[in-house]
Amino acid sequence: MKHHVTTSINGSPVEFLCETQQTLLDVLRDELQLTGTKEGCGSGDCGACSVTVNGRLVCACLMLGVEAEGKSIETIEGMVMGDHLHVLQQKFLEHAALQCGICTPGMLIAAKSLLERNPEPTEEQVRFGLAGNLCRCTGYQKIVEAVLAAAVEMRRA
Amino acid sequence: MSELRYEAPRTLEAAVALLVAAQGVAKVLAGGSDLLVQMKSGRLDPALIVDIKGIPEMTAITTENGGFRVGAAMPCMEIIEHAAFAKTWPGVTEAVALIGSVQVKGRASIGGNLCNGSPAADSVPALIAAGATVRIVGPAGTREARVEDIVTGPGRTSLAKGEIVSSFFFAERPSHAGDAYLRFTPRTEMDIAVVGAGVNLTLDDSGVCTDAHVCLGAVAERALLVPDAAAALLGSKVDDVALALLAAAASAAATPIDDKRGTREFRIKVAGVMARRAAAVALARAKGKQS
Repeated sequence: MKHHVTTSINGSPVEFLCETQQTLLDVLRDELQLTGTKEGCGSGDCGACSVTVNGRLVCACLMLGVEAEGKSIETIEGMVMGDHLHVLQQKFLEHAALQCGICTPGMLIAAKSLLERNPEPTEEQVRFGLAGNLCRCTGYQKIVEAVLAAAVEMRRA
Repeated sequence: MSELRYEAPRTLEAAVALLVAAQGVAKVLAGGSDLLVQMKSGRLDPALIVDIKGIPEMTAITTENGGFRVGAAMPCMEIIEHAAFAKTWPGVTEAVALIGSVQVKGRASIGGNLCNGSPAADSVPALIAAGATVRIVGPAGTREARVEDIVTGPGRTSLAKGEIVSSFFFAERPSHAGDAYLRFTPRTEMDIAVVGAGVNLTLDDSGVCTDAHVCLGAVAERALLVPDAAAALLGSKVDDVALALLAAAASAAATPIDDKRGTREFRIKVAGVMARRAAAVALARAKGKQS
């Protein structure tokens, strides 16, 4: 049985059809071609598929597509502002906070959500806040530095 | 794969009716952080999923008779961010805060953490120590039960077909009361308890312990209430002697397994250590110290 789902993604109304078994991650990537959201573990351990649903940070792999009905979803594709990168994206580039890039969209979404709730985090708070986002390349140090630098700049803005 | 049906009822009565009428395996979906993983791994192949997050009383936190009623499907992050609840029940709140990442807690619920039936579930020892009760709605009506009477073993519960845990109730706190939850894990985050310990205690005006509850996680086939450990505190000022007796009682009650996360011997020892440390934190909180 296909479900007809009406939702909002990055501020735009979206309709899609999905099977019950399809996760929101499956729908984003396979039905809507929004492939910025990555699949890592598929079991909620790595955070590569982080998106927000009604402003709440979640793993898209741990939610059914059909549950998106009536919700407001934000993905990495909605982070860039026109021609300008988001401050976090800019700082990730400046601090070389990525190597292979698979974890990066999830890291950025999680970091954005973290800074919305805590605009002035300590290094420890950043590390705990991003504990659900695994990175096997960077060793995290540059990611943490980029997030802290972005927080400083966002507070100035 | 058989056809998988999804329903999102708006009332508990409708949800119960769906579960009762279901042919084959029917599962309640709250946050899905256990259910979806079990389905993906092939361990579970349900015919029906009943998403209960559209039922208002299951996702709300309200005050009731001076206490709190917490919807069983409420995401953990919403509990953690509820300032009044977190201030009254810091031990329950810190246990809830240990359930997975921010992402997982954005969906996962204490109802799910309980009904999944893991012996290592972090919120469960804290909920039991807190004396929380659950409201269960089912085909025979509504009943109340203690949290410790729900899980009967790994992955097993006492819930009958069609029954749903709809909410948790935390009674009004007396003054000079404090609770705490600690767990041992090799990592600080994103790990499963090797041992967990929840302690809830109440002092009188002179600092003598008048009520205590101690519950261990991950050292038996379900969360283990340890009355002997609580008895060690009663009538004492929760001094070093009482805490040593509590630790010994906790270790004596533990009947853990050996597995890759810890040996039986290690878990027995650490059960006492965690219980003692949690009691010390609960004591400081009961005395009004922030920690």
